[in-house]
Amino acid sequence: MSSDKLTIKQKFDRWMIKHGRVLVIGIPYFWLFLFFLVPFLIVLKISFSMAEYAQPPYSALFAWIDEGVTITLNFGNYLFLLSDSLYATAYLNSIRIAAISTIITLLIGYPMAYGIARARGSMRSVLLMLVILPFWTSFLIRVYAWIGILDREGLINAFLMWTGIITEPLIMRQTEFAVYVGIVYTYLPFMILPLYSTLEKMDISLIEAAMDLGCKPWQAFVKVTLPLSLPGILAGSLLVFIPAVGEFVIPELLGGPNTLMIGRTLWNEFFANRDWPIASAVAIAMLIFLVVPIMWFQHIQTKQEEREQ
Amino acid sequence: MSGKRSTFLISALVFGFAFLYVPILLVIVYSFNEGKLVTVWAGFSTKWYVSLFNNDGMIDAAWNSLRIGVMSATLALALGTPAGLVMSRFGRFKGRTLFSGMIAAPLVMPEVITGLSLLLLFVTLEQLIGWPAGRGLSTITIAHTTFCAAYVAVVVQSRLSGMDISVEEAAMDLGAKPGKIFFVITLPMILPALMAGWLLSFTLSLDDLVIASFVAGPGSTTLPMKVFSSVRLGVSPEINALATLIILAVSILIVIASILILRSERLRNRAANGGAEAT
Amino acid sequence: MPEAVLDRAHEDVHKTQPWNNPDAVPYIRFENVTKKFGDFYAVDDVSLDIYRHELFALLGGSGCGKTTLLRMLAGFEEPTSGKIFIDGVDMAGVPAYERPTNMMFQSYALFPHMSVEQNVAFGLVQDGVSRAEIKEQVADMLALVQMTKFAKRKPHQLSGGQRQRVALARSLVKRPKVLLLDEPLGALDKKLREQTQFELVNIQEKVGTTFVMVTHDQEEAMTMASRIAVMNEGVINQIGTPFELYEYPNSRYTANFLGQVNLIEGVLVDDDEKYAVIKSDEANCDIYIDHAVQGHEGMTFWVALRPERLRLTKDAPEDTKYNCLSGKVEEIGYLGGISTYHVRLETGKRIKVTEPNSTRQIEPRYTWEDSVWVSWEAGAASVLNK
Repeated sequence: MSSDKLTIKQKFDRWMIKHGRVLVIGIPYFWLFLFFLVPFLIVLKISFSMAEYAQPPYSALFAWIDEGVTITLNFGNYLFLLSDSLYATAYLNSIRIAAISTIITLLIGYPMAYGIARARGSMRSVLLMLVILPFWTSFLIRVYAWIGILDREGLINAFLMWTGIITEPLIMRQTEFAVYVGIVYTYLPFMILPLYSTLEKMDISLIEAAMDLGCKPWQAFVKVTLPLSLPGILAGSLLVFIPAVGEFVIPELLGGPNTLMIGRTLWNEFFANRDWPIASAVAIAMLIFLVVPIMWFQHIQTKQEEREQ
Repeated sequence: MSGKRSTFLISALVFGFAFLYVPILLVIVYSFNEGKLVTVWAGFSTKWYVSLFNNDGMIDAAWNSLRIGVMSATLALALGTPAGLVMSRFGRFKGRTLFSGMIAAPLVMPEVITGLSLLLLFVTLEQLIGWPAGRGLSTITIAHTTFCAAYVAVVVQSRLSGMDISVEEAAMDLGAKPGKIFFVITLPMILPALMAGWLLSFTLSLDDLVIASFVAGPGSTTLPMKVFSSVRLGVSPEINALATLIILAVSILIVIASILILRSERLRNRAANGGAEAT
Repeated sequence: MPEAVLDRAHEDVHKTQPWNNPDAVPYIRFENVTKKFGDFYAVDDVSLDIYRHELFALLGGSGCGKTTLLRMLAGFEEPTSGKIFIDGVDMAGVPAYERPTNMMFQSYALFPHMSVEQNVAFGLVQDGVSRAEIKEQVADMLALVQMTKFAKRKPHQLSGGQRQRVALARSLVKRPKVLLLDEPLGALDKKLREQTQFELVNIQEKVGTTFVMVTHDQEEAMTMASRIAVMNEGVINQIGTPFELYEYPNSRYTANFLGQVNLIEGVLVDDDEKYAVIKSDEANCDIYIDHAVQGHEGMTFWVALRPERLRLTKDAPEDTKYNCLSGKVEEIGYLGGISTYHVRLETGKRIKVTEPNSTRQIEPRYTWEDSVWVSWEAGAASVLNK
């Protein structure tokens, strides 16, 4: 069928197919570009400007001076971040707290994921649903639940004092301990699910083969199960670690005034001090910290996808 | 499996699920406590539910949250579905790497950064073109739509890549054009994924505190913002009541959903067996 | 024989075997078609003519390019270079939904959310056929594949064989010029497959559509196809009727792919107009061929011998000069109807022989380590040079 023999309708249809494709790509592309990528560029821009008592409270980055555009790059905000130890402490704290919480989550989540993966069919789906269910209830309320438990007048203290083990209430809320509890509690499902999906896919006869060839159960676990579940461990750990670093609600509600975490610092710079440029600089610095784990996570995901295809 | 290890796994599961569920159960129990203190059981009462429903600020915030949730989940579906389709079916095109990055990044981006950056965008846009004039429900909706669209895209993409592409090829082979194939074949087949994506988006939107706090304006307080400002100061029995209601609503929905899924599976199995017997 | 009779015989041959008629116009034509995926040549410079009403099979192992060739015909892939014609029309740039071809997919690709009826009607609906006509044609098609009573069922309520029939009905209902079948019986179990092979052939004869089928199963191809193209690594090795391919393979690849074969390597030592002799060191024997061989003395050839054309005896044949090997029985496979024997020659080479068990024996004819002779008629061997 040569092109001059096409009817007008066919020509129109082909035009639509050609441009429909552009349209289908274009609309979500444009939206994400405008509301996800451009905002980062603006944050980057404002992190280089100076705070002013104005609306909005920062100096313009581009200014018309002598009928030409000049760009004033102000590194002051970043220098300030470096000079005030508060920020460095907050960064290091965030990473430390996130890392420790990730390890605890892994230690609790792995046996659970393994137990679910080895459960019988119907039991397995019930257990899996029980893991996912808390995720559908409010995150805020799950954190809130721990206030009542860890508080000075909370349930644990009341119970311990009732039994007579302690006479003075323990300080648990508003400590780093409470933050660990909060992070582990809220992010546990994110650890269990990727672990479960790698463990579930694993052929149980591999372990049987290892034991058949003389491995004790724990050796079979260390030599076969653990290496094979490594992708799940990595994915789960990053899914906990990355958001935990930037966590705001948990340290705010459960942590003490000394539990500095970077998300909280950003929030305070923005809402309490109204210093938008410093807040932007904090955001950019946080992003730089997180780029490596985020890229790593992406890499694992794409590898997984390729393997599945 | 040796009995020893199985005991270990069972106790890990028991401990783990206790850890997950005891705090929630306590909240539910204490929502019916007559007294204000957590530690003292002062008798059964539903008075906190009554006072919750008389709290106009809370009711308004809940209403705001529901509206934002429905709007952004629907918009996210409209944007995320083509995005997922593009990712799994369109092959290579210019800017694909950036596109997949923009879909994956919102999933792991710390909320404080997303919130701050969107607020700065809205402020800049207002300066440049006068839109959006001020901040409120619409800016929160845009913000939620953006990150929910990413979730929908991922859900749709994974459903599509698990689907036999030859079904769509068959439709094309029988004379259907690409647009029609999407609406007549692809869409009905991914409908469950779309419903899951919508519900996920709705839940995420309903649950979001941080991003909403950044991009909210006066008069657009959402439920999480309201809850947050009241629990900052400690335990509040009204919030216990609210939490119980939320947990109840979610549990009912989940139970209904699983019954529906189970029933359709059973029907399908029975039908499949019937089909085999007929031959 | 009178000339008129000869002419008529010729005419018949031209009708039933259009590929032997130099004046016949091919219905499908591949002209130097190449398809590259990146640096990989999936299909490499293939030219192929297929005639009307044929049931043509593309046969080869996985990754040989047969499916790519079929998908280019359907319009799912565009050739990197070369042209494809269907009924004289160049298919370049014609999208799949406008081609006069329909495909039966390996996975059947039935629309899971539509009933059997709706599945079959789908193609007609796309063409804007009137409702009454759709109803009639769908009913006819379902009757043809004997699925009328399952019309209201959904695909997941059907067995594998039933799904296959629906897929066939769906691809035939639009009366395509060419029906493409991608491993049409691949998803069925062995017993059902044998039965369905003949059903497919019968349906093809009834509707008269040209079928092009892809398969990796040589038995399936030989049972069903009018002609077969044996493919390997993106090129066509040989095209011919099942008979031609089995009896006159042009290469060791084809000989090996279709059925079983013993290949004996040797050197041409005597070449005459009427006969040839090949001397094999591998089998330590001289092989007499009853026709001339294209080649010069000293050239290496492979003599292909089908196991069922070999004779197994305990005593030496009368003439042991040519076409005669001696060895010991190494393996015995008793299959009931036939037995297969592996005979190890003194040189270490193994020869496979099959014998029909046409009479009932008190005990097996041969046992392990029996000394035996293997011999064959001069006409049984094919001589291959590649």
